[in-house]
Amino acid sequence: MIHAETFTLAELMITAAARAWAEDGEVMANGIGTLPRIAAGLARLRLNDRLLLSDGEAFAVEEPVPLGCAPEDRPGHSGWFPYGRVFECLWSGRRHAMVTPVQIDRFAQANISCLGDFQKPKVQMLGVRGFPGNSINHRNSMLVTSHDRRTFVPGEVDVVCSAGFNDRLWPEGARRPDIRIGLVITPLCVMDFGGPDHAPRVRSLHPGVSFDEVAANTGFELLRAPDLHETATPTAEDLAVIRQLDPHDLRASAVKGNPAGIREKAA
Amino acid sequence: MDKQKNLREAVRSLHDGMVIGVGGWGARRKPMALVREILRSDLTDLTLVAYGGPEVGMLCAAGKVRKVIYGFVSLDRIPLEPYFRKAREAGAVEVMELDEGMFLLGLRAAAEGVPFAPTRIGLGTDVLTHNPELRLVTSPYDAEDVLVAMPALKPDISLIHVNRADRRGNVQTDGRDPYFDDLIARAAGRVIVSAEEVHDRLDLTHSHMAQKSLFDRSVVETVVAAPLGAHPTTAHDAYGWDMPHLKAYCDGARQDGGWEAYMRDYVGADEPSYLERVGGAEAIRNLSIPNL
Repeated sequence: MIHAETFTLAELMITAAARAWAEDGEVMANGIGTLPRIAAGLARLRLNDRLLLSDGEAFAVEEPVPLGCAPEDRPGHSGWFPYGRVFECLWSGRRHAMVTPVQIDRFAQANISCLGDFQKPKVQMLGVRGFPGNSINHRNSMLVTSHDRRTFVPGEVDVVCSAGFNDRLWPEGARRPDIRIGLVITPLCVMDFGGPDHAPRVRSLHPGVSFDEVAANTGFELLRAPDLHETATPTAEDLAVIRQLDPHDLRASAVKGNPAGIREKAA
Repeated sequence: MDKQKNLREAVRSLHDGMVIGVGGWGARRKPMALVREILRSDLTDLTLVAYGGPEVGMLCAAGKVRKVIYGFVSLDRIPLEPYFRKAREAGAVEVMELDEGMFLLGLRAAAEGVPFAPTRIGLGTDVLTHNPELRLVTSPYDAEDVLVAMPALKPDISLIHVNRADRRGNVQTDGRDPYFDDLIARAAGRVIVSAEEVHDRLDLTHSHMAQKSLFDRSVVETVVAAPLGAHPTTAHDAYGWDMPHLKAYCDGARQDGGWEAYMRDYVGADEPSYLERVGGAEAIRNLSIPNL
């Protein structure tokens, strides 16, 4: 496999994110937001051709819909997927979403609802939306476009929208549903919650990034995965598919400054 | 049987303090002509039950809302509803913020006439912390199975926009996604329908499209003709949402007196003048249907 020499950080993150769905079998892949959506399409075309995709509106498609696709160029529909069926699908567990929380904590709990006091928020955001149901019914991955202690918070997130590995919020004596967290993709690394007792850990570091830098920008303790390695960079084929899925280069504005995928070495 | 009324008469049948269900989803298929007529009325102290869009923000901005029960409040392509955000950050409205699926289950429970729906959704999250009225139930079949008892969400009346209706209250809804208008209608059991077109008898003129009916006329109390009445939200397949208008609406929310200006410059005295002020019927009909 020939890896491309130049690519952006966004393209590296998309390629890493696509791997989240590689072993999923036949589930609905929902990438919400620019980079996750491209990643879901890349996963379908390069890694797992059993994935179910939607057109973002109400139909199932067998070819990913490129971002900003003109109505006349949209692929045909293979099925009907109105929101009612999306709920049925997600309740059945046959879905793997990739979302972009505003806050994530060491329990894998995530927040998109609001910041500050819930009764009178400092910043009202999206509300809990589908996070509670997603988190207890199917696998979820996350992709964030900044890696700092405001995103990976110390303590707990302000509003727990998705359930995680935290005893505090679970009724005593009750059987807990499986919380399944896939990958967490950031501008610095790929993480998961696969350590002892679901401890967060770094699986791979993006080229030029050190573990210490990741740790310094994370509000909770991180472990090194036993096979900690460098994040695999995109191949020429990956980049060709990414360009096809995002012909207007919306990915260029996804990460601040649109930096290169391989860092310039500091002088 | 003739259930048709004009907008003003229809809104006159609402009362202060009512729990009002609203059909549609975000910036899609909202009964905005009815909402604007409420804005022009003295109604107050309302509780809204919705997959919310601009109707929630507008009614909050106008001080007509006591409480909002929602799966979300969003303008779709503009993720945050600006006036709802202001109302939240000012602590001006009470809220019951629910997972989108829990919200559906609450409507379904109301539609089925049962007091609650058992679900795992909400367990392990602050949905339970911030809605202390939500109770847990233990499965009678397995004591380790603890579930959330999502209470029935029963509006006193629901407002729903459709493409076609007839005077007897039969309805047809076009478009790719029915959203949850069927449940919003059934949960309340009483509906004011606003329609792009009102016909005498759909069975005589639109019989071939009868499968587009999302609920039967037994729940429809009132039919109102409201051509372009979903503007600035989309009414599939008639016209798309008006993003320039929604952006201007959002910009206004950042200015002092922005809401008063919106009321004066757009909502105005009645629907014909509203449609003129937002660019005219022809321009609205030409708004393209959004593709995400």
